[in-house]
Amino acid sequence: MCDVDQIIAGHEELGKEHLIPLLQEIQAKEGYVSETAMSKVATAVGIPESRVYGVATFYNQFRFIPKGTHVIEVCRGTACHVKQSLKLAQHLTRKLSLKPNGNSPDNKFTVITVACLGACSIAPVIKLDGEFYGHLDVEKLDHLLDEVAQEAKGGSDARK
Amino acid sequence: MRESNLVAACCNRCTHAPITPCRDLIRCLSEGPICHHDEGCAQKRKENLAHARRGGAGTLIFVGAGTCGRANGANKVIAEIHAFLKEHAIAAEVVEVGCVGYCQREVFVDIQKVGGPRLSYCDINPGNIGEFLDAVFTQVKPRNRFLFGRHGQAGAEWADVPEVATTPFFKQQVKVVLRNAGLIDPGALDSALAVGAFRAASRAVGSMTPEEVCNEVLASGLRGRGGAGFPTGQKWNIARQTPRAQKYLICNADEGDPGAFMDRAVLESDPFFVLEGMIIAAYAIGASKGYIYCRAEYPLAIERLADAIAQCRRVGLLGNNILGSLFSFDITIKQGAGAFVCGEETAILASIEGGRGMPRPRPPYPAVSGLHGKPTVLNNVETLANVPVIVDRGAEYFQNLGLGKAAGTKVFALSGTIQNTGLVEVPVGVPLKTIIYDIGGGALPGHEIKAVQIGGPSGGCIPREHLDVATDYGTLIELGAMMGSGGMVVMDERTCMVAIARFFMEFIRNESCGKCTPCREGTTRLSEILTSLTERPVGDEEKRLERIRGVLHMRELASTVKEASLCGLGQTAANPVLSTLRFFRDEYEAHVIDQRCPAGECQGLAIYAVDNATCVGCLLCKKACPSNAIVGERKQAHYILVDRCIGCGSCVSACPKHSIHVIQEERAYA
Repeated sequence: MCDVDQIIAGHEELGKEHLIPLLQEIQAKEGYVSETAMSKVATAVGIPESRVYGVATFYNQFRFIPKGTHVIEVCRGTACHVKQSLKLAQHLTRKLSLKPNGNSPDNKFTVITVACLGACSIAPVIKLDGEFYGHLDVEKLDHLLDEVAQEAKGGSDARK
Repeated sequence: MRESNLVAACCNRCTHAPITPCRDLIRCLSEGPICHHDEGCAQKRKENLAHARRGGAGTLIFVGAGTCGRANGANKVIAEIHAFLKEHAIAAEVVEVGCVGYCQREVFVDIQKVGGPRLSYCDINPGNIGEFLDAVFTQVKPRNRFLFGRHGQAGAEWADVPEVATTPFFKQQVKVVLRNAGLIDPGALDSALAVGAFRAASRAVGSMTPEEVCNEVLASGLRGRGGAGFPTGQKWNIARQTPRAQKYLICNADEGDPGAFMDRAVLESDPFFVLEGMIIAAYAIGASKGYIYCRAEYPLAIERLADAIAQCRRVGLLGNNILGSLFSFDITIKQGAGAFVCGEETAILASIEGGRGMPRPRPPYPAVSGLHGKPTVLNNVETLANVPVIVDRGAEYFQNLGLGKAAGTKVFALSGTIQNTGLVEVPVGVPLKTIIYDIGGGALPGHEIKAVQIGGPSGGCIPREHLDVATDYGTLIELGAMMGSGGMVVMDERTCMVAIARFFMEFIRNESCGKCTPCREGTTRLSEILTSLTERPVGDEEKRLERIRGVLHMRELASTVKEASLCGLGQTAANPVLSTLRFFRDEYEAHVIDQRCPAGECQGLAIYAVDNATCVGCLLCKKACPSNAIVGERKQAHYILVDRCIGCGSCVSACPKHSIHVIQEERAYA
């Protein structure tokens, strides 16, 4: 039984109300929501696939392509905007040669711009693999990326 | 999950358990035992309470480990502290607390030794934690360069250390919602109970009728803190008076406003008071089921809430027959999936029901027909966190907290180009300049404040000349801004106001749910117009005209979006445009007529020039330029034709000699 089936089987009740939590669980496990997953969910909840797709694409959280090894969320909230977060986003796009879907060609990185991470007091801020990094500028960001690259090479956890 | 020492039975005469709840439980913790007389039991209760109030036994080390603390390295700091304590065989307990509000100076570490005051240290990071611990524990020098102040009263020997509440950042603040933030352990029910949590809930459920609770809240003048500012008591009364067997209460923690983070801080630092507010609200309206709709971007808040709910259930503060009454209530957490429009009441309902978060026309209001068609009250986190205070200390106390006619306090999230960033709680009605200059410390060195953006994408920019305005609901609206959820972003001369308007309009365009035409199409067009203003029209005559035509119709279009949109998102979408147009017309004119960005922020209008002295004529920039704006022969200095330049900066990256720079030049175009 694959992950998606397991997640669906883990829910006792399967009403329309469980659609979003199901998709969230699938994304948490697999990193994205695949077409197969969506059609399985549609069958389980008993609503058309188109509806599942409609709901999934409505929300910013859901992704439909696999994520890279490292996920960088760049905050583009107001405070971060005022503190030049656009430069960080542009720098990442250039440096990692990101494709329009936000993945780097080697699939090592996925960069997502988010509306606000809610850490405005330490703007500009990014979230790298779930950890917040604040008061950034291009040099610090480069340094952080270098550390990630080193970690991948040496296997040691330099950031922690 | 942590066990509660306080709620544990003092002896076998205590019968409290979730299935046999005791109505005097909360009073018993401080005055108990109530059902029997026993000096030993009373002593035990007292000792437990003192222990919980202090936060533990022996030496205590409190570390601010909210999201902002963690971003500044709190987790590493905690690991270092543990390692240090082990190495030096020091017995001390490390307690993770939330955010004290002064995020700029995180990580805060408080140290409380036996018999001494709780001393607060700041600016600690993984790099200097060793030095700090060495000063405090090895050299026993509590007064060191990290010392910020002390919490509470202390003996004469500490008179030289300022009390935290009297320091410039905190002096003018009145802490109600944030009263425990950063002080108590958000992961332990006992630490909340020790500072009076659930006293109000116990009073409401035990000795007040739902009508009395509603009227108390109505009399307090509490208005929704999420943005719209609807009187909370009135909303509750409508739901209470709608006769239905099943009603719902929803706590709106989908804090989507960019620039606002007070709900996150409250949930991370003091989740029990929000739960208590929900219990009181549910009792007042007769709801048996509650939801907390929290953003998925706040994993720490969700984790702490889930833990807090589990702890409350375990001791019978949530579940059936709460505190021996006939009232039963339980709470489920729903994770939002990222949609700004879900701040709108009816959109949240659609989202919880499992659909797209699209709003519907009101009436019927959710208080009459909400989730699954049942009466539903939606309140924001901050609103609910105020409720226990109103019930505990009375409507009059709360009413008097505000200045003038306004009631209570408001938490603002101060960020942007200002000295002190963080969370600021002040009486409603305080002049804006008090927050910006007295608490926030004013502009960054060498810069000047230009405007303050209040209320996120629904609000507006208030220019420096109007900073003496009072921060209450009505006054801000007169200036084209609004209180919103309380995000306050300070901008200095480096921020372009046209770019800010464009930024918000792009945000709204992306977040518009697409249901109604004025919002869907209007925000798209407004965003296109604003984008064209921040770029130089290159090569196309039509584009040049389009810019001018767009500006001419912008105000009319904005008004249409405002008047004709279905929900609050569209109705306020134009505010950032209208308010910047009103106060920063000169910047718009510079963009439209002179094609120049006075703040130098709009990259598309930047003027690049080649430094002839260092240019070697390698042609690399010419090849990199996507718009053929660079002329020059091999081995001769190159030139950039401004009228063709789209300001992409490709030439700057391409130049091996770093000869290309942005120049700040006033240039008038015909």
